[in-house]
Amino acid sequence: MLLRYLFILLILLPIKVYALIEVDITRGNLSPLPIAISPLSIDEQSKESFKKIIKKKNIGSEISNIVENNLKQSGLFNPLNKDAFLQKPDIANLKPRFEDWNLIKAQALVTGKVTFVDEKLRVEFRLWDVLAGKEMLALAFTTVPSNWRRVGHIITDKVYERLTGEKGYFDTRIIYVAEEGPKIKRIKKLAIMDQDGFNNKFLTLGNELVLTPRFNPTNQMVTYLSYFRNLPRVYLLDIETGMQEVVGDFPGMTFAPRFSPDGKKIIMSFAKDGNSDIYTMDLENRVVERITNHPSIDTSPSYSPDGKYICFNSDRSGYQQIYVMDSNGKNVKRISFGNGLYGTPVWSPRGDLIAFTRLRKGKFYIGVMRTDGTGERLLTENFYQEAPSWSPNGRVLIFYRETKTNSKGEGFSAKLWSIDLTGYNEKLVETETDASDPSWSSLLSN
Amino acid sequence: MNLNKILKNIFLVLAASLVLTACATQKKTGQTQGDVYTGTDSVEYLASGVKDRVFFATNETVLTTASRDTLRKQAGWLRKNSKINVVLEGHADERGTREYNLALGERRANAAKDYLMTYGISSNRISVISYGKERPVDSGSTPLSWSKNRRSVTIKAN
Repeated sequence: MLLRYLFILLILLPIKVYALIEVDITRGNLSPLPIAISPLSIDEQSKESFKKIIKKKNIGSEISNIVENNLKQSGLFNPLNKDAFLQKPDIANLKPRFEDWNLIKAQALVTGKVTFVDEKLRVEFRLWDVLAGKEMLALAFTTVPSNWRRVGHIITDKVYERLTGEKGYFDTRIIYVAEEGPKIKRIKKLAIMDQDGFNNKFLTLGNELVLTPRFNPTNQMVTYLSYFRNLPRVYLLDIETGMQEVVGDFPGMTFAPRFSPDGKKIIMSFAKDGNSDIYTMDLENRVVERITNHPSIDTSPSYSPDGKYICFNSDRSGYQQIYVMDSNGKNVKRISFGNGLYGTPVWSPRGDLIAFTRLRKGKFYIGVMRTDGTGERLLTENFYQEAPSWSPNGRVLIFYRETKTNSKGEGFSAKLWSIDLTGYNEKLVETETDASDPSWSSLLSN
Repeated sequence: MNLNKILKNIFLVLAASLVLTACATQKKTGQTQGDVYTGTDSVEYLASGVKDRVFFATNETVLTTASRDTLRKQAGWLRKNSKINVVLEGHADERGTREYNLALGERRANAAKDYLMTYGISSNRISVISYGKERPVDSGSTPLSWSKNRRSVTIKAN
């Protein structure tokens, strides 16, 4: 829906190949890059027009605030205080006085302009290398005014990509389970929000228990577990139309669904008579295929991005461990061998790592390991946390964390957290209600 | 030789004190054995003298002696009340990942179902549902609370 109205109109100038500044993305946020985000300039007439439509005093500053917040949250950038800016936004956008920006120690500068043209929002922006005194990137696009937040995210993605060499993850959404009520009578609803917590929307009413929503990496479909009519089954939901349907006709519980990387299949567990195995269902021809056949619990399957392998959780060794197999179920290999239990393996969109939850000596960890099980790194320790989901560029993990209750059983809460792959930049992701089971969408544009 | 004797004595004393501490801790909580809940305050009754639930050890689906006793009583009651069908709800505690716990709850409820079936209750009178860790009865974050939540509950379906 939104996508249809958003199109990049023209690229003003070709991207220059060289740059003196570069963000070191291998070390986390030890020395975030100082960047100045000049408010996007706007003429009085455009300002008035937007004010009527979107009820914001100055849409130019609002959009640059989004960019600033995104870059700051990434941990890789240090957006400088605007009070120190010497040059006015409109003049800076024409030709920055690099000495001024150098003076406040900015290494990069973002400038731009917003105009109201034919009932549409037109934005142009430029990224400047302050040290070299050169323009690094210039783009302009036009969209419907209601898309103004997405404009901020797209600008961030472009700036991030130009300065880090990696794709961004800002024009994305998170689907999750919103939680309310006492721990023994929790009400759960599907909810969706922009990656920065804005535009939150509930997708179900809370009449039935819903769990583990996951995005289709290729479109706006979601698969999740619903206890509709007390029959726990995997469902498919189109978040644009609101259409829901049950996936497959299984006589027992289906759960732990995920899409294949091409979005054409759902892989999930099917439990019957005390045994859970992994199955796939082709969404086009509805053919169901059995992938594992073992008396142990086999669950939490996740495909490698090339679709050739599946990692999953099994207790066939006696306890929960992580295994990898070919996508047809052959060549099953255990890859986790540390003390304690391992669960929720999720293959990185880059293909090289598997994120997981580990329980060791009464504490829960989110960690990553290579796909052969070597190089395990635990990123964060807590009383309870699980279910990591990768940002589409494979850089950040989002997961949920639950608190320990007090002696009266009070004080329970569940919240979303994110952490950089390096283990730095752990952050609470603000949500309107309590939240769990987050899943990150692909980039909405391009 | 002397040393051997001394060591033996030390061992005996140690063993005795272990037994004593074991007794002491069990007396103190009085509600778990191993880590299986043995108390009654979260238990309800299907009928007089027939408990509605059985409890499990962490990560286990094995029925304890007490659980088998409870299930035999349930089977006896179900044989006498042949028009009643039941739902077995399997649950896990909060100390495990959500998806694995769904599978674990399903396995626990099926362990109970299998036992009822060996005592003559037809499988078509029993349906099974797993709630994983979604429906705790005790909201505490203590081993005792968790032991109450690792359970299979037999509920009248009609």
